[in-house]
Amino acid sequence: MPWALLAPCLLVLLLVLGYPLTRLVALSFQKFEQPQLWGFQQPEQVGLANFTRILGDGEFWAVVVRTVLFAGGAVTLTMVLGMLTALLLQRVSGWVKVLVNIALVAGWGMPVIVATAIFKWLFDTDYGVLNWLLSRLPGVDMIGHNWFAGGPQGLAVIMLLVVWGAVPFVAITLGAGLTQVPRELEEAARLDGAGSWGVFRYVTLPVLKPIIVMLTTLSVIWDMGVFPQVFVMRNGHPEAEFQLLTTYSYDKAFVVNDYGGGSAIALVTVVLLLGVVAVYMRQMLRIGEVG
Amino acid sequence: MTGNVAPLGRRGTGRGRLGWNLLGLLVFATAGFPVYWMLNTALKPARDAIDPDPLFFPRTFTPENFARAFEVADFWGPVGRSLAVSLVVVLIGITVGMLAALAISRFAFRGRKVVIVGILAVQMVPLVAMIIPVFLLLNDLGQYDRLTGLIITYLTFVLPFTVWTLRGFIVNIPKELEEAAMVDGCTRTGAFVRVVLPLLAPGMVATSVYAFIQAWNEYLYALMLMSQQNQTATVWLGNFTTKHGTEYAPMMAGATMMAVPVVILFLLVQRRMAAGLTAGAVKG
Repeated sequence: MPWALLAPCLLVLLLVLGYPLTRLVALSFQKFEQPQLWGFQQPEQVGLANFTRILGDGEFWAVVVRTVLFAGGAVTLTMVLGMLTALLLQRVSGWVKVLVNIALVAGWGMPVIVATAIFKWLFDTDYGVLNWLLSRLPGVDMIGHNWFAGGPQGLAVIMLLVVWGAVPFVAITLGAGLTQVPRELEEAARLDGAGSWGVFRYVTLPVLKPIIVMLTTLSVIWDMGVFPQVFVMRNGHPEAEFQLLTTYSYDKAFVVNDYGGGSAIALVTVVLLLGVVAVYMRQMLRIGEVG
Repeated sequence: MTGNVAPLGRRGTGRGRLGWNLLGLLVFATAGFPVYWMLNTALKPARDAIDPDPLFFPRTFTPENFARAFEVADFWGPVGRSLAVSLVVVLIGITVGMLAALAISRFAFRGRKVVIVGILAVQMVPLVAMIIPVFLLLNDLGQYDRLTGLIITYLTFVLPFTVWTLRGFIVNIPKELEEAAMVDGCTRTGAFVRVVLPLLAPGMVATSVYAFIQAWNEYLYALMLMSQQNQTATVWLGNFTTKHGTEYAPMMAGATMMAVPVVILFLLVQRRMAAGLTAGAVKG
């Protein structure tokens, strides 16, 4: 009975995921370029050649470091701001809570591509409202400032865009979790002489830990996979200093037509994520066992 | 950090709350500003949008940017395609996902753990890693640049999601209700249809809406697997440039038209979604 219910789902997943994944692994060991794509030539087995070429390339490692820094920064910011927002929402009056929730949900529901378009406009060199706003500050002149002239600053803007879209989910989910923290436990800790930080550290955090682990892992996975934000922000052609693993793999495959190399990069990304996934899986399995 | 947690002890006292309210309003203004700026730009005359001294409150409201957004490129074509793809994906995702969710939440069987791990694991694979083989696969199958191809690929991320969230909603419905119905003479299927399904309906609606939004928002596959003539709404917006470069005012009008229905749907279901996603996470 359970297997009959599962069959359609497993079948679909096997078809849409199992096959492409196997193909991805196979591709990363093949020379697969334009002639192979058009079917003029058979893919040629090249062993580890794609990997040695990529791992021996300094640019690849620069991209890896950039991606890890980018994702790490975005995840940290998202989690900290999300937690602070959730805690803040517990303390404000009802009408403020409603207002903040509306802003959060609007950001959460905003399609990524729409958010990217908006940020592009906010940070526009000549007519962006942000340059104008910053220039109102005494001693600051940002008129005509190009935020995307260099990688670090441009990626910081993109990180802001990612964090803006990600904080609402974290804040709202943590908020839901906070309502389930037993009041008696907090009271007891306070009676035992714990300050607010102590209560948070020794009561709230441990209760929320499963949610925090889940949210952090999901954020890592999502932020390592950031693509449209960079791609669209750079008009479809991210410069070298904007490349993250995702766009780099995409470029290798579809711009240079090196599908084998692109697959090898994608595979390395997946392996990088596996460590994080292991933690997440343990947590989710524990949750799954509850049902 | 410490400062922000401090007043837990004096929750609700007047002085403390004023400070928190002000901070809350600041968060509201910051988080809401990009959305406000989109609406603001979409509604004011295009020539006001490119004023180096931007207007914070439009003096006049005009629909001209919306008209221009329709004019720049075929708007309804991409929107229609996005709608069709998203609806079919939701229909398949919910039906197939529901069956699987029932299996892992209501039955104890050998291999259950493996199935759960499998369904979770596939959520980890980044879409961009899959795009190369998926592109080649659809190319081989002659499904490149076809809506059916896009629908198939969207199931990769919608299906694991629907299974997992529906599971969350099902485990919140006490097993005893079904058992009681079965004692009263219902079959297992009968008990499910008469007892569980009505209780599950709101969760199914929320999951459908959420899955719909995911499919509606997808960009990468839509970009890669469809040609310019068959682009979906997200790609349409991502490509929004005219002969005169990017015209931001009409672009913000297009963005508004794409975002407002989605955000409203979202507002309606987000509370239930948060509950479903974290079902069992804390209690466990």
